[in-house]
Amino acid sequence: MNGIHDLGGMHGLGPIVVEQNEPVFHHEWERRVFGMFLPIFATRTFNVDELRAAIERMGAPAYLNTSYYEHWLHAYETLLVEKGVLTQAELEARRTQVAQENH
Amino acid sequence: MSIKHNRPLTDIEIRVKALESLLVEKGLVDSATLDALIDTYEHKVGPRNGARVVARAWVDPAYKQRLLSDGTKAIAELGYSGIQGEDMVVIENTPDTHNVIVCTLCSCYPWPTLGLPPVWFKSAPYRSRVVSEPRGVLQEFGLNLPDEMRVQVWDSTAELRYMVLPERPAGTEGWSEEQLATLVTRDSMIGVANVQAPAK
Repeated sequence: MNGIHDLGGMHGLGPIVVEQNEPVFHHEWERRVFGMFLPIFATRTFNVDELRAAIERMGAPAYLNTSYYEHWLHAYETLLVEKGVLTQAELEARRTQVAQENH
Repeated sequence: MSIKHNRPLTDIEIRVKALESLLVEKGLVDSATLDALIDTYEHKVGPRNGARVVARAWVDPAYKQRLLSDGTKAIAELGYSGIQGEDMVVIENTPDTHNVIVCTLCSCYPWPTLGLPPVWFKSAPYRSRVVSEPRGVLQEFGLNLPDEMRVQVWDSTAELRYMVLPERPAGTEGWSEEQLATLVTRDSMIGVANVQAPAK
């Protein structure tokens, strides 16, 4: 499917920014998102092509304005709800709880 | 269990904690496994692996032949295999052809040999531009190639991962495989740099 992810040859996306001595992860939450990848995969709820397709369905502004591991998180949330492993209500309730416990 | 923080969590931190805790609760993931996976990819897998592959190819012509004809198998000889390295193709830089890799559609990268990709490799600017003006992009990385040198850009598919076999620099005659491996950088295996000759 054609879409915003098909970036090859596109103009105007700004300079390539190289970070010297870049760490593998920039935030603890990135570590957790990465770490969830293989265990979620092992549940065989979805395959890697579905993961990629979920990222490609994000829509252009969201795709371009969020980071790599946010793309992954978005795909996990989308697919786990679509496949019935979690419900959107469950996710939202847990977010509210986490926010209250940590504010 | 709640951990008190000095600042409120950001939205993304809340989303990640919420998701992880739900998955742990449902028995789908376990936090110790997560910690182990993170540790492996943060500390154990990285471009040192790829550097050993390159150094072996430089000192062992038969190995180099195997590496170029069946990358996945030859890399596995050194013990590197697994996710994001199931179908590896190694492409050789020569005096007249320079190679550089990208994943324009996504951020595919050979994890077993290079580790996890840097942010710039996954970024829209690199993915969009390296295919249309590779020489300009390479110049920005400090790599000025002569006009007569051919530049080939290799774009990953969903399954296949590329890695560049850089040229062995002059002045390393008689070096051991271990010494050579110390010269090989991540960027030289992506193709945005050459391996520098050792300082005299």
